[in-house]
Amino acid sequence: MEICGTHTMAIARAGLRSLLPETLRLASGPGCPVCVTDQSYLDQAVGLALGACGAKPIVATYGDMVRVPGQQGSLAEARARGAEVEVVYSAEQAVELAAARPDRQVVFLAVGFETTAPGTALAIQRARREGVGNFSVLLAHKLVLPAMRALLSAGDVRIDGFLCPGHVSVILGFAAYEPIVREFARPCVVAGFEPGQILAGLAEILEQLAQGQPTATSVYPPVSAGGNAVARRLIEEVFTVTDARWRALGVIPDSGLALREGLAEFDAAGRFELPQVGGCEPPGCRCGDVLRGRLLPVDCPLFARRCTPRDPVGPCMVSSEGACAASYKYDRQAVRGGRGVER
Amino acid sequence: MVDTEHIQLAHGGGGQLTAELLREVILPALGGGQDPRRLTDAAVLRPAKGRLAFTTDSYVVQPLEFPGGDIGTLAVCGTVNDLAVAGAEPAAVSLALVIQEGLEIALLRRVLTSAGRAAKRAGVAVVTGDTKVVDRAACDGLIITTTGVGRVHPAARLGFERIEPGDKVLLSGPLGEHGLAVMSCRKGLSFSADLASDCASVAGLTRALLDEFGPAVRFMRDPTRGGLAAVLAEIAAAAGKDIEIAESAIPVNRTVQAAAEMLGLDVLAAANEGKLVAVVAAEAADKAVAILAKHDIARRAAVIGTMGPASDNPLVEMVTAVGGRCVVQMPYGEELPRIC
Repeated sequence: MEICGTHTMAIARAGLRSLLPETLRLASGPGCPVCVTDQSYLDQAVGLALGACGAKPIVATYGDMVRVPGQQGSLAEARARGAEVEVVYSAEQAVELAAARPDRQVVFLAVGFETTAPGTALAIQRARREGVGNFSVLLAHKLVLPAMRALLSAGDVRIDGFLCPGHVSVILGFAAYEPIVREFARPCVVAGFEPGQILAGLAEILEQLAQGQPTATSVYPPVSAGGNAVARRLIEEVFTVTDARWRALGVIPDSGLALREGLAEFDAAGRFELPQVGGCEPPGCRCGDVLRGRLLPVDCPLFARRCTPRDPVGPCMVSSEGACAASYKYDRQAVRGGRGVER
Repeated sequence: MVDTEHIQLAHGGGGQLTAELLREVILPALGGGQDPRRLTDAAVLRPAKGRLAFTTDSYVVQPLEFPGGDIGTLAVCGTVNDLAVAGAEPAAVSLALVIQEGLEIALLRRVLTSAGRAAKRAGVAVVTGDTKVVDRAACDGLIITTTGVGRVHPAARLGFERIEPGDKVLLSGPLGEHGLAVMSCRKGLSFSADLASDCASVAGLTRALLDEFGPAVRFMRDPTRGGLAAVLAEIAAAAGKDIEIAESAIPVNRTVQAAAEMLGLDVLAAANEGKLVAVVAAEAADKAVAILAKHDIARRAAVIGTMGPASDNPLVEMVTAVGGRCVVQMPYGEELPRIC
């Protein structure tokens, strides 16, 4: 299983599955941070943007959140209805935006795994240091290791090894996966994103399985055993670990981040009156099984019929990096599976 | 004190200030040599024999100036290229300006000078135009709408219905230069290597192909918004035939590829403003590439794929650099950069 949205896309884009032997099944797990973000978060973001929570802040967000549909539409649709939604490339850009627009509140949608969490931490520290009081973050950061543990602890596990995320591992270091290897005896190999890298990672996993010697290792040169301690310290300075609800997977203990007490003023959830909306999975949605690697996108009864990128049912189709979205876009079998695929 | 550096609403009013703007800024910048005191309401052209091609486009690019070009170059080249890929020799273009109140006149002069130069290089005349000024809320800087007319090459027989299985797909040069240059400029990102738009007229390329091959050129298009992916998806759908392309055959500059990866964009969907996609008969393909490669803007021209058989559900498939296969679909329309 790979658990990285960038891997999901790279594999689909390179058409790698068509090259692998039949005996090797490469499943895409919960690697897309947008896909595993609870629906209520998106509804809160859209509500904020439309001014339904008191103020009408500018919502600053990474690009891939913009088209995700909530109960009241997406951020893109909110923008067409007069909301101010700005696409930013980094949390820091959101702080700069807030500094440049002192007349408005700016809420940054802090989504992503350990890759983007240090950036959010830096942004919050900068906002405090420079007195950018109109900046706040709506947190939805998630942690990868607890998810891996949850996947392996569920019943009917069909995962023999993990292709570990390249960018997250730059932060964590590949030694971080050793507890998983010890507890569950599964190889954990970090690979980069070029097709050659992914194939090298798969080969290493297979080699370890053949030898019966699972280890935590990396074929991706920028990833060291120890990772980036500075980045991890930043995360610890600004955040505490909290339970988090993962869409289609339920609550995973200690898998999310919350702001430390001293920085609570930057929490948008405290600053605005956010509606507490429960999200519930639509009937017939099999994303939970897809995310756990038990079902391939093409085999879901809703795939390409009721559930398409333009009208998605569940999270795996929602983001452009979800397993189902990647399959729908790039896999010939999916596109031409006689399923009346709409464009 | 009268502000002589910024456009006022009165500049669009049709009176003294408009006349002054035309006389002192617009007409000199365009370089057409018209006598500003003797402008008529319409340009009178001698109709060409044969078929006439007619096209229109609006240009709303932001920022107005970017590495490798500006809205002026874009406006002229875009319309010239639409005529060229229809198999026409561009003859005349019009230029209608909607200017935001407050725009710097120096900027207006610069972009219109670019437009004039682009027209001259493309061998086309800007023969008529219009000037309007709107208040600040109504537009962002400048919008240009162009129309163009041209005589269709007598040997041109272009159309989706002419495309046959086995025909070859040609691309005139590296992808994504315009799209990435504008995107990185827009976001204030600077890469240490230069990204510059490829904005240019492809009329020389299309003329050379039609002169040499006539009806063996089945179809042509310039891959602007939506990039190569959009053009191929359109061709597949309209011609009702599969297309197979090879990723390793597609020219892309490493800088552009790297910038695209960093921004989370796909070069296949990135805009190009000086490139040509042509579908030609198989036996003409190699010679067509050689002819294109004699032109500065098409040195890296290449055969990138082949038309497949007719299909109820036509697909564009790409053999990837590592030998896998993936589908190339019509891009959504707003390429959004990804999180991580």
